[in-house]
Amino acid sequence: MDQEIRQVLAEHGRLAVDVSSLDENTDLFAAGMTSHASVNVMLALEDAFDIEFAESMLKKSTFESIASIRAGVLEMTDA
Amino acid sequence: MSTTEAIPTTGPDGRTVPSAPSPEAEAWQPFRTMLLDAGLLVPTGVDGLYGRSGTYESVAEGMDRLVLRVGADQDALSMRFPPVMPWATFQRNGYLESFPDQMGSVHTFRGNERDHGELLRRTEEDEDRGPLLATTDMVLCPAVCHPLYPTLRGVLPEGGRRAEVYGYCFRHEPSTDPFRMQAFRQHDYVYLGTPDGARAHRDLWIERGLEVLTGLGLEVESVVANDPFFGRPGRMLAANQRIEELKYEIVTPVYATDRQTAISSSNCHLDHFGRPFGIESADGEVAHTACFGFGIDRITLALLHRHGPDPDTWPKAVRSTLWP
Repeated sequence: MDQEIRQVLAEHGRLAVDVSSLDENTDLFAAGMTSHASVNVMLALEDAFDIEFAESMLKKSTFESIASIRAGVLEMTDA
Repeated sequence: MSTTEAIPTTGPDGRTVPSAPSPEAEAWQPFRTMLLDAGLLVPTGVDGLYGRSGTYESVAEGMDRLVLRVGADQDALSMRFPPVMPWATFQRNGYLESFPDQMGSVHTFRGNERDHGELLRRTEEDEDRGPLLATTDMVLCPAVCHPLYPTLRGVLPEGGRRAEVYGYCFRHEPSTDPFRMQAFRQHDYVYLGTPDGARAHRDLWIERGLEVLTGLGLEVESVVANDPFFGRPGRMLAANQRIEELKYEIVTPVYATDRQTAISSSNCHLDHFGRPFGIESADGEVAHTACFGFGIDRITLALLHRHGPDPDTWPKAVRSTLWP
């Protein structure tokens, strides 16, 4: 799953650094992801995992690191 | 003619359709009636698009000049733009990503004689004209400061730069609420420079805005706010905007004490404009920008609501502040 998340980030995150260099807890916003880019990441994750994030998850903290994204995706795939 | 009836509006296909009654419409109906009966606003048949009377304009002009007096110490570049702006600017400023449903696109006709005949037939028969019209390289200006940024490409002086911009904006948000106009004026004080400078500008102008509006007899406060970003992704942008406290509005209770209406707002844009338009602070970093906008039409309406339809009868202190 982490590999797919990294691929989404590489395609949509518009990060200032190479995605492969990211630790799973690296703050993606500090690594250059803008609010608008995070929206594209969110939509791409929904497509990649065939999920729809709950309304309550549509906030910055859900998408701030690879670990938090994984937790969010798992929450929706378990639901 | 009764002014309390819903005014027909033009639907997306160009047809005239009656406005859907809003559950909140009752709240603003008496104020709308007052404005229309006094001739302060003149309905055009499109919701949120009005003619303004001389009396209304004298208040708006008084407010505009007051804003200039309050900002006289800012050494601000004065800029005025038409209410139409280049698509080339619009396509890079992020508006289409955030507010596609509020944009106004300028179209024209580029067909041949046969197409022209078809356009006329459709117009005559009230059919959708869209397929016969072509986009131009212009859109209606959605925020008065937007045309400014591309004109300031390059390196800013030490201490940043300030500019004041006044003009009409367009947002496609048809409503019978007089406070929600589709074409309205903003008078903005914009800062371009460092992140700290942008926050300081925002703080200074919220304070000044509160002072000016309180001085006009309005009950105001500043609150954290968010823009009406489009769709589900927009909820995320709105949540981010609130968490970071990037937008504040100065609000006043108009229709009910528990329902506040924004009459001015401030935005910290971070590098949202500095980056696409190649603006740098003196230290070589991408410039951060911030603006504070006085909603001139909304303030005019709030004053008419607070003090009544005849400015000649307004409190002396308010009159002498607006018209010294």
